[in-house]
This record gives sequence, structure tokens and C-alpha cells, in this order.
Amino acid sequence: MSKLGNLGARLHRGEVGYDFVGNRKIWYGISILITITAILGLTVRGLNMGIEFQGGAAFTTPKHMSASVSQAEQYAQDASGHDAVVQKLGDGSLRIQIAGIDTDKSDSIKTKLAKDLNVSSESIAADLVGPSWGDQIANKAWEGLAIFMVLVVIYLAIAFEWRMALAALVALIHDITITIGIYALVGFEVTPGTVIGLLTILGYSLYDTVVVFDSLKEQTKDITKQTRWTYSDIANRSINGTLVRSINTTVVALLPVAALLFIGGGFLGAGVLNDISLSLFVGLAAGAYSSIFIATPLVADLKEAEPQMKALKKRVLAKRAQAAAQGEPVEPEVTDGPDDDYDDEDAAAVVGPRTQPASRNRGRGRPSGKRR
Amino acid sequence: MAAPKKGRSASAQSKPGRSLALILIAIVALTGGMFASGHTTPRLGIDLAGGTSITLRAVPEKGQESAINKANMDTAVDIMNRRVNGLGVSEAEVQTQGTRNIIVNIPKGTNSEEARQQVGTTAKLYFRPVLATEASVGASASPSPSASGSASSSPSSSASPKTTASSSKTGSATPTATATSQGRAASDALKADSTPSASASASASASASPSASSSSAASEAAAKLEAQYTALDCSKKSVQNTAGKGAKATDATVACGKVSGIWYKYLLGPAAVDGTDVKKASAVYNTTTAAGWQVTMDFTGKGGDKFAKVTGELAKNTAPQNEFGIVLDGQVVSSPSVSSSITGGSAEISGSFTQEEAQSLANMLSYGALPLTFKEDSVTTVTAALGGEQLHAGLIAGAIGLALVVIYLLIFYRGLSVIAIPSLLVSAILTYVIMALLGPGIGFALNLPAVCGAIVAIGITADSFIVFFERIRDEIREGRSLRPAVERAWPRARRTILVSDFVSFLAAAVLFIVTVGKVQGFAFTLGLTTVLDVVVVFLFTKPLMTILARRKFFATGHKFSGLDPKALGAKAPLRRTRRPSAPVDPKEA
Repeated sequence: MSKLGNLGARLHRGEVGYDFVGNRKIWYGISILITITAILGLTVRGLNMGIEFQGGAAFTTPKHMSASVSQAEQYAQDASGHDAVVQKLGDGSLRIQIAGIDTDKSDSIKTKLAKDLNVSSESIAADLVGPSWGDQIANKAWEGLAIFMVLVVIYLAIAFEWRMALAALVALIHDITITIGIYALVGFEVTPGTVIGLLTILGYSLYDTVVVFDSLKEQTKDITKQTRWTYSDIANRSINGTLVRSINTTVVALLPVAALLFIGGGFLGAGVLNDISLSLFVGLAAGAYSSIFIATPLVADLKEAEPQMKALKKRVLAKRAQAAAQGEPVEPEVTDGPDDDYDDEDAAAVVGPRTQPASRNRGRGRPSGKRR
Repeated sequence: MAAPKKGRSASAQSKPGRSLALILIAIVALTGGMFASGHTTPRLGIDLAGGTSITLRAVPEKGQESAINKANMDTAVDIMNRRVNGLGVSEAEVQTQGTRNIIVNIPKGTNSEEARQQVGTTAKLYFRPVLATEASVGASASPSPSASGSASSSPSSSASPKTTASSSKTGSATPTATATSQGRAASDALKADSTPSASASASASASASPSASSSSAASEAAAKLEAQYTALDCSKKSVQNTAGKGAKATDATVACGKVSGIWYKYLLGPAAVDGTDVKKASAVYNTTTAAGWQVTMDFTGKGGDKFAKVTGELAKNTAPQNEFGIVLDGQVVSSPSVSSSITGGSAEISGSFTQEEAQSLANMLSYGALPLTFKEDSVTTVTAALGGEQLHAGLIAGAIGLALVVIYLLIFYRGLSVIAIPSLLVSAILTYVIMALLGPGIGFALNLPAVCGAIVAIGITADSFIVFFERIRDEIREGRSLRPAVERAWPRARRTILVSDFVSFLAAAVLFIVTVGKVQGFAFTLGLTTVLDVVVVFLFTKPLMTILARRKFFATGHKFSGLDPKALGAKAPLRRTRRPSAPVDPKEA
């Protein structure tokens, strides 16, 4: 069996694991740092909106051009410094559209293009074009996004609870901010493809968070019936329990996108494909990261503020202190019968909460007498 | 615990063959349908396949040269966008060029003739009082409901909304041939079956009366028009578009119009209200009276006065002269009847509209409010907006990516890849076939963003069986043998899959309903792949797992099955020795 399979086994038994919740402050800090960078990039550099959003100039060449579409694309990009959209028309002329150009600049580009394409500059017609993605489409997309977020928060609040809904929303905003920030920093042009990539991320990020939350919900349903683990402990356990799944899913989702980004981009240089795959790559990675490092610890934080959970934590800590004083390993104290969710190896799976006495490790692997 | 589990596994194990057969039949049927329909590839969007580009030039009305401004052009773009995109999945593009041109790009394979008509019927809109109307019975002599077939739409002032058309009709005390309901219309038509002239005679009397009321001067022009009306046959295709063309707003005219699928001919008075008098029109769903979809219009101040005056006059008449025809480019698009003067500057047109009908009527009404017409400047083909090599490289990269996924699954899940890879494959086939079928079906066109969405969908599809497999492995680690492990893992995995897919589907549904254009196309792809994910995992992955769990190779946990209890670190139920404690794993961070 592969390494990761072994890791899965040991994660399951709780032999290894990472204290996601305990170290949350570090990850919060990192995320805040990245988010601030992203926002700074956004405000300082701004987004480079493509022709579909802001319009630009369209040049129409004379009929029967010998230059190919990709050649013309190259010329246009060189002349303007922007991505260009080139289409060959039925009569053999080329329509070259370039974003973000005003009237005075369009003349110099026209001259340059004419030279590159080997035609007289008078024969090229220049026109300003409006955005094909009007305000209407953009506004409707925002509207849809807002409605979706409200609905999903309501749904998560019902299916799980409001704390999880809130955490999922924070994780979602986190992912989108990072992705937009990368766009601003790299300076890629924002195309409809980018927007759609962003919407895909939104769906994926939530999807990933929900999978982790589902396991969290399952494992915490009887939390008040025991005094051994705090909410944070169990939250941590559930992240570690789904870690292999998270890694696998992320790898499988990222592999094709990475291929698009590195192979497609490597051979072709910048292009539409590259733009989209970059936004997807960053977004998917951020989505996987945030559901583990941000969303779940955030739920734990919110939950621990609950009086019920506070009381539980107090009981657990008191018990641990007592056990430490006696130099005895803590035995699981499961109060209910038929559910074997809290039998020994489940309980042993919680790894390294900060307050845990070192002696606890000795208890692992010992029969607890709970198995039937 | 044991008893219900047994029951569950027994019932689940009786089904897997059936589920597999079901999905295989579905695949074969869909693929067969795809080949039978002759559309074996999905229709590609303009960025991937190119298409037709139509350039339209705005022509202002006389004396309104200032009408060519950014606001009006943008409105025209919005309206054309909505018209040409229909369901929003056809990926057409509309943009302005220069100050007075609009470019409409339509992907290859679209009925460009139809699209040209959609963007080209650029609306001169008038409200004209109806003087007479009659169904045009074609050469086939198929009987049709008489006179006021327009019963399907009746306007009512917003203050007192009428619920149905029939109520206003019966209130107007006209026991004539007005078909008040579909049922009546049908029965009338049946009665008329033996004597097709019956309906004609009913409307003949109607056509006689307008000449008396409208032309007190009894001018020659009126008589000529009368003759023209009598001769008019709106069942002829060539006539339908031309009959009312070029009529001046101040003259009476004849026109054709289609109501509930039947062509009617109309004799219409001079325009009472101009299209430019409409400030705004929109389609709304009336929830308060459950009247269904209706169109609301807001008039300008002047238009409201004119409308109040004309409706006040019309309301005094009997059918069909209490109707006004909404005439768009010489064709009657709707002819609601009026029961009282409508004041207040706004009106509703209600009737048994579908959402689409209401939307398109509202579009036409707002379109007519623009003092612009558009002339087709040029129609030409365009190549793909994305370079051919981009698509090519994308496909190669995608294939490499998929190969990597397969290799990863093989290494990590070994024997389980027998389930994982076919699951991905079934998903891919279903997605492809359905997309290919939707091309001709609803005008669905695949563009680059949709392709990217499909690539991400690989991740979501894979996640479903990864969640399932990990659950099974967890159960095996608990010391269970494979078959109970599968049956015990399934309900938990199923819940996770359903909950997370529901969130994805919610995103898709909301975006599809609320948005327009490409975003709608994307939402459609997302929703489709999410639904297919659920279908595949329920009907393919799970049953196949159940069946394979019976095989010795898997059941005994062969080294290469991906389910080797030893490799998974399963705890033998009776083993109570201490496990070797593992060193800190390098991957843990």
C-alpha cells in the first residue's frame, strides 16, 4: 500500500496528526497576511479589465489578408501591450479587438499594425467598441451571487448550524479575495472566463467545506455525553480523519488544471487558457486550504464560546488535571451504550491538544473494555 | 446494530445489477439518440468555433438624430442580447461598435436566418384600435375559432386587475362569436367543421360595421382599405410579414398577427399611442391574483394621457372594436381588449401567457420605446475568437491532466481503480452525450469557460467516490470484512455526497435563474455535471462496488485490491497487542 494509504491508517488510529485547531492562530495569521496582500494589490494595481467589460478598439483590415490569425494576434499584442481578440471574417479580412484603448492611442497602434501586416494604414478601419459583457450581465451575476450566498447560509444554518454557515462564508470570501488579489498582482486581463472560473471556485470551495463539516457534525453529535474531549479536540480529529480524502480530492481536481496551466502555458505562453487555469488553480488550492485551516478552526472557536461547550471544556480540563496529578492515563469515559463512535481507537485519535498531559500516550492501544 | 445492518445490506445487494443495467440502458439510449439525431458533437461557442457576425446600423427617427446616444444603444444591446440568447446557453455576443453600430456574433450552427430576424425586427411599435379582425383560414380549410381569438389577452387597469380574459369578455355583453375559452373555441371550431363558411359569415358582419363607424367621410381610401382587408389572406407566409409594412402612423392599415398559433387579419385604425410613449415594460409574475405571467407598461406623461383617452373610447365599443392591436413592425403581436379607461400612466396586459411570451412581449414593448431602427449593414462569417492552437493545446493539456489523474488513482486505489476510472468514464460519456443532444435541443453551445467548468467537475465527480472509498477503508480499519464495510460505509458516504452536491446544485440553480448570458451557460454546465455526479455515484459506483465486494480478489483484501486490511492498518478484532508506534510522518504538515 502506498505511503498515503499508511498515512490514512495512522491518521485513522490517531498515531499521527496535525493539531489544526491548536495552531489555528498561525494559520489565521497567514491567511490575514495573504488577504491583506491581495486587497493591497487590488487597491494599488486594480484589476485589468478585458475588452468584454470595458470595450476598446476594433480594427478591420482590408480583404484577403495573408497574415494568419495567430500572427495578427501577436502583432496586435506587441503593438498595444494588451491581449487581443482576432477573428477572420468571411471576406478574408481580419477583425482585431484590443481592450482598454482610447482614441489617441488607437492611431499609433493602427500605424504599427499596418506596418506589421504590410498594408497601408488608411486601409485599416478603426472603431471604438463597447463591452459585449454589458453592465447588465455583470450586475446580474453579482445579484445571483448575493442571492446564492444568502440561500446557502440559510441552508447550512438549517442542515448544520449558524456557526458553520458563518465559517463557510468566511472561508468562501477568503478564497475569492485571494484569487482576485492574484489577478490584480499578476496583472492578467479579467475576461468572462475569469469570472466563470471564480464562480466555479465558489462552488468548489463550499463543496469542500461542506464535506469537512459533515464529518465534524457527525462526530460531535454526542459531544456533551462525554467528558474526555473538548469541541476543539473533536474538530481536530475530524479534520485529520478526512485529511486523506481532502488530499486525494484536491490532487485529482488540481492535476488537470495544473496540466492546463503548466503544459498549456509552457508551450504557448500567455493566453486565455492560462488566465482561466491560473484562476482555477489558485482558487481550488485556496478552497482546499481554507476548508481545513480556516473554516473548521473558526467553527471550533465559535463553538467554544458557547456556555455549554465552555462548561464541557472546564470539565475536560479538570479531569485531565486530576488524571495528571494521579499520574494515571486517562481512561475514556463513555456514558452511552450502543453507539461505538467513542470507543477506544476513536478516542485515541485526537492528537496533541495543547493541554494534553504527556502521559496520555501510554494509554493508547490498550483495551478499554468498551468493545463488544 | 446487527439486525438493521443485515437488512440494509440484503436489500441493497438485491439491486446492484438492476441499477447497473438501468444506467447502461440510459447510456445506450442517449448515445443512440445522439447518433440518430446526427449531432454527434456538442455545438461549440463562438470562441471555439466561430460563427456569423451581423453588423447593424442604428437609424434614428426623423427629427430625433440625438436619439443615437450611449444610453439608447446600450438598451438596444441589452434587449438584443436577451432575444438572441433565448435560454441563455447559446453563447451569442452583442456589443456596440463605434457610435451607431451594433455587432451581433452568433455561434456556428445557430439558425442565423432566425437570429437575423430576431435582432432585425427592430420595432416600430404602435397601439392601434382594432376595427375588424378575422381568422385567416388557410388553403387547408382547417376550421379555427372565430373573431376574437385574442380572448387570451385582456388588459386591465392596475387598479382593478381582471383575472382572466373570459370575465372581461362576458362583461362586455357581446354574445357574438367571441370564443371565451379554449374549450369553447374548440367546440365552436368543431361545429364549424362541416361548414367552414360559418365563422367567415360571423366576421363578415363585423367587418361591415367598422366601415360605418370609422369612415363617416366614406372616403375612397377607406373603401380601398376595406377591399384590401377582404382580400387579405394572412395564412400565406409571404403576406404575413409584408401586409402591414410601411403604413404611416396616421393612416388606418391592415395587418396580420398570430394569436395562440392562429393567424388573424386585422383592420386597424390610425395609431393612438406610439411605441416611444412607453417608458418601460417588463414581464412580471402576478402572485397576488394568481393570474400568471403578465406584462406591465409604464407610459410617459404624454403617453399615459393618450392611452387613457384611447382606452376610454375603446371601452365603449363592442368586440372586436374594444380591442387595440399592439403592432410591431407591421405585425400585430397582441390585441388585448379593454373594458374601461385606463388612467394613471401604467397598464397591465394579462392573459394566459407563458413566461417566455410575456418576456418577449415586454421586450418588444421596451424595444419599441427606442426611437431607433436598425439596418443590417453586413452579415459575414467569423473565425473562432480563440486561436486554433489554443484549443489544440488545451485539449492536449487536458488529456495529459486526465492521464495523471488515472495514474494517481491507480497508484493510490489500485484495484479500486476498476471502479474509479469507469465511474469517471461514465460521467464523461453522459456529460458529452447530453451536451451534444442539447445543442439542437435548447441551443446549448459549449464555450471555453464551460470546458474549464467540466474539467473542475472531474474533481467533484472523483470526490464522490473518494469519500465513499475512504469510508469503506475506515470501516475495514475497524476490523470489518469488506461486504459489511461497504454496506455500512454507504449510508454515511451517501449523506456527505448529497449534502455537498446540494450546495453545488443550489449555486447552479440560483445563477441560472437570476443571471443572463454566459454566466447562465456556465450555471447550466455546473448543474448538469452535479446532477450527473449523483446519478453516477448512485447508479454506477455503489452497485459496482457491491458486486465487486463479492469477488474474492476484493473480499480477501488482495495486495493489489486497494483494500488490503493489513496495508490499511486494520485492527484485527481479536488482536490486542500494542501497535508499533509510528514515527512522525513527514507528510503530516
